[in-house]
Amino acid sequence: MTSATPSLAPSTATNEPSALAEITQETLALTGRLFVQLQRRPSTLVAGVLQPLIWLILFGALFANAPAGLLPGGMSYGRFLGAGVIVFTAFSAALNAGLPVMFDREFGFLNRLLVAPLRSRSSIVLASVLYITALSLVQSLAIMATAAALGYGWPGAAGLLLVLVTLLLLVFAVTALSLGLAFALPGHIELIAVIFVANLPLLFASTALAPLSFMPTWLGWLAALNPLTFAIEPIRAAYAGSVSLQAVVLEAPYGQLTAGVCLAILAGLALGLFLLIRPLLDRKLS
Amino acid sequence: MIELQHLSKRYGGRKGQAVQALNDLSLSVQAGCLYGLLGPNGAGKTTTLRILCTLLAPDAGSVRVGGVDALADPRAVRRLLGFVAQEVAIDKILTGRELLRLQAALYHLPAAERDQRIDELVELLGMGAWIDRRCGSYSGGMRRRLDLAAGLLHRPRVLVLDEPTVGLDIESRAAIWGVLRQLRDSGTTVLLSSHYLEEVDALADRLAIIEGGTVIAEGAPRELKAALGGDRVTLRVREFSDEPEALKVQQLLQGCEGVRQVVVNRAQGYSLNLVVEHDGVIEQLRRQLAEAQLPVFALAQSRPSLDDVYLQATGRTLMDAELAVAGSRDAKAERKQQMR
Repeated sequence: MTSATPSLAPSTATNEPSALAEITQETLALTGRLFVQLQRRPSTLVAGVLQPLIWLILFGALFANAPAGLLPGGMSYGRFLGAGVIVFTAFSAALNAGLPVMFDREFGFLNRLLVAPLRSRSSIVLASVLYITALSLVQSLAIMATAAALGYGWPGAAGLLLVLVTLLLLVFAVTALSLGLAFALPGHIELIAVIFVANLPLLFASTALAPLSFMPTWLGWLAALNPLTFAIEPIRAAYAGSVSLQAVVLEAPYGQLTAGVCLAILAGLALGLFLLIRPLLDRKLS
Repeated sequence: MIELQHLSKRYGGRKGQAVQALNDLSLSVQAGCLYGLLGPNGAGKTTTLRILCTLLAPDAGSVRVGGVDALADPRAVRRLLGFVAQEVAIDKILTGRELLRLQAALYHLPAAERDQRIDELVELLGMGAWIDRRCGSYSGGMRRRLDLAAGLLHRPRVLVLDEPTVGLDIESRAAIWGVLRQLRDSGTTVLLSSHYLEEVDALADRLAIIEGGTVIAEGAPRELKAALGGDRVTLRVREFSDEPEALKVQQLLQGCEGVRQVVVNRAQGYSLNLVVEHDGVIEQLRRQLAEAQLPVFALAQSRPSLDDVYLQATGRTLMDAELAVAGSRDAKAERKQQMR
């Protein structure tokens, strides 16, 4: 304890820096907090890489001796599976985006943020999006590197760009969904339950593990409407050496889809979901 | 500095019974004043402070801080205010210093000013030994000091504290009281809620007693006590008296001039509590008791306390009010209300 110091005198400063500077400052601080948490509790990161890795190695080996020419284009199953696992990695990571937000709601940390004169409360959401995007891309790149090491190929520079853009769009869409759930559901138990239930069926009902031609009609339809499929197929095509947006990548029951169309669908989905959850966020954060 | 007018707030309604947390509450705090909100748990203190800090919108009424309308321009008010909440929400994985840095960014302090300010507060609140340890390892007193530091980082003109010393050790409590006094002396307006009479009595320049979501008494502690008039006397004719005897003495005392409000206190061995107008009355009492052949085991005289003020205003002691609401609150439902 010291005696009274000038430091206790209230501030009289009234100058206001630019909105962009302030939003950047608060967003970076909030993002930084999430990364410090990750650094000190890295289990999310490790599990997020480990799980798809196990998929890749075990599942990839499952059909190693399948008859040649089983898959369209004559590719090996490991190579086929690679694209699916990469997308699944990004998807799982993004699906968890809402968890930190939910814990902040439950423990009252959010109230601390809401008492502060944030320039825009979107900073809270933006920080989560930045964090989860970086995390999921790092995890996906780790899986891509492993797949390359296992001999399942590498997309090349232009292909890599296409892969990253595709993943980014998917991550945005899924993050929006997860953040929406984090504000709509009453607690983390419910959120974890939804994540748990959503995860595997979405994987199975997509073209991650098998091509549409292997599926019965009803499942084929489901898979051809599954957003994961719209991310998997352009990436699979990029791995096969086709980096054109005009190239047909999916023979859906309702028609042929080019890579460009798949990306447009993902972008539309991301945008739509953010617009959809906006009123909810506005209500909860005002 | 703070003007709350005709605030009303109602919780719930869909499921279970609705609770009228605030009922036409008005309050005015002068700049540079250390102001206490006194009331039992559930009186509406926390709701009042949450509305003031823009965490909650009132159903009706107006909130002004430093002339700014908090409902119309909440961000300007947030910049004026530092808020130390009742339940300290901290990030266990961050160190105290990291939490303060995060807080500084949320209040848009430049980096250089931030570090200097954090060092000042670490020194002021005696946090040097543990500020770089993770918050998860902190005791209640450490957490509260860290939270006070977080509330003071941006040099707010108004500091609002919700029950700042509940459950704290004496050392931390003394440290916090000391800082609050220094803040007041250097021009900060401080508003704190408490259900500790001694705390408000010792700290506050002015206080408001809140009960049932409205202000039932307001003023400086000394004024309020003086307004009651008379001295409080506790009389015991024997160490353990019985009811017939107590009633007999009560009747005798009620006949005396200058004696008011004679109450038999059953819980205290049938002692008698009364109010006397002036010192001369005591002598008169002793004479009358002697004439009636009644002994005097103990006779204690005291100036009115804040508890007497509370009793006068509400008809019950603060402790009785606490006990009355203790069973009727739903901690889980209240947590839900505070969750966004």
